Amino acid sequence: MSRVTRGFTGRRRPDDDRKLPPGQYDAGDTWPVLHAEVTPDIDPASWTFTVEGQVEQPTTWTWDEIHALPPSRYQGAIHCVTTWSKFGMTFDGVSVDTLLAAARPLPSARFVVAYSHTGYTTNLPLDDVTGGKAWVVWDVDGEPLPRDHGGPARLLVPHLYFWKSAKWVAGLRLLDHDEPGFWEVNGYHDRGDPWLEQRYQGD
Amino acid sequence: MPAPPPPPPTPTPTPWRVATVVDVVPETARAKTFRLSVPGRPRHLAGQHYVVRLTAPDGYTATRSYSVASAPDDGDLVDLTVERLADGEVSTFLHDEVVVGDELEVRGPIGGWFVWRGDTPALLVGGGSGVVPLMSMLRLARATGRSDLVRLVVSVRSPDDLYYAGEIEGPETTVVHTRVAPPGSPRPVGRLRPDDLAPLVGGDDTVVYVCGSAGFCTAVGDLCVGLGVAPGRIRVERFGPTG
Repeated sequence: MSRVTRGFTGRRRPDDDRKLPPGQYDAGDTWPVLHAEVTPDIDPASWTFTVEGQVEQPTTWTWDEIHALPPSRYQGAIHCVTTWSKFGMTFDGVSVDTLLAAARPLPSARFVVAYSHTGYTTNLPLDDVTGGKAWVVWDVDGEPLPRDHGGPARLLVPHLYFWKSAKWVAGLRLLDHDEPGFWEVNGYHDRGDPWLEQRYQGD
Repeated sequence: MPAPPPPPPTPTPTPWRVATVVDVVPETARAKTFRLSVPGRPRHLAGQHYVVRLTAPDGYTATRSYSVASAPDDGDLVDLTVERLADGEVSTFLHDEVVVGDELEVRGPIGGWFVWRGDTPALLVGGGSGVVPLMSMLRLARATGRSDLVRLVVSVRSPDDLYYAGEIEGPETTVVHTRVAPPGSPRPVGRLRPDDLAPLVGGDDTVVYVCGSAGFCTAVGDLCVGLGVAPGRIRVERFGPTG
């Protein structure tokens, strides 16, 4: 339970139906950039995406191959652990369900490590990337995803804090156990549900 | 692809604590250091940050992260330096309302990646307010007699924008001015260039810590990679306009 700060009243939230998770604010037209490594410059011609690990058919797609899959769109909000949220985003790409359908997860698969072309990793329960909840995306608001925001392609898991949406994503490794990723071993929460305010270890 | 970094030990979960403001020190026209007394605080690592939470009478809260500027061993005291952002909900409150004696809820220290443990060569490159976590590293190096390990490059628009003026200067430190330089400065004004960093990037055991705006960090990252620094030895902390 937090205690009242002397003199603080705070800004009122926008009076509409957009709901902010606890402790978040609306970043409006800005889209902050926060990542911990050098921004890589990845040529789509050499970009690949792989699903491997506990699957029947490990599969790798090239840039052209993944674009040939049925397209899928996410429209809605994203929430960063640094307390900004952004509404009305449109991302285009492919559903992770489509990719997993090709690779066919084994019954033993229960967790996922998403890994990037930079070496960045983040872990998720398999249930958090299936059932229409996760995408690999390359367009935002109708334009190619900028390099600083993870272009040419990033993972998108908008119901969790945005560090789970790995920039410059290179693949998913399916596991039968949980394996904490980059921020998860650096003090951040294992799951990161913004509605439960799971920001840091112990939340 | 560089190998993922080896996992350091997971920091201990930290509860919210009540800190008391014991001093407020102006650094520049737009930045103040809030010296907090945090009884029983865990020792931080140089480069870590705290979260500050403000609570309104109706229960509305606003939280933001601020880097620690002070060295790890300073008793119960922690310095957080905050830049006042014109439309920042939390930074404007801290600058305009908070006085010595006020209590603030804080949580920390947080972060296990952008940290310097004091025993390896390090090049620190900060833009504007991005110097804050690097100042903690410099202060640690000086306090432990290991200034030889650290080189600091700070990029500021003008001399008036330099944080910790009077303390930050020294044999470890290079100040680069992008718009206005002091009289007699040998370096023409302008953004960081390869020749500013080339003599300092060190060998494979030198970790490069870059902190500043997203644009600054991307530019410095590209500069370092262009100088042959492996991306795996560059650590970046981007300060967003998060208010």
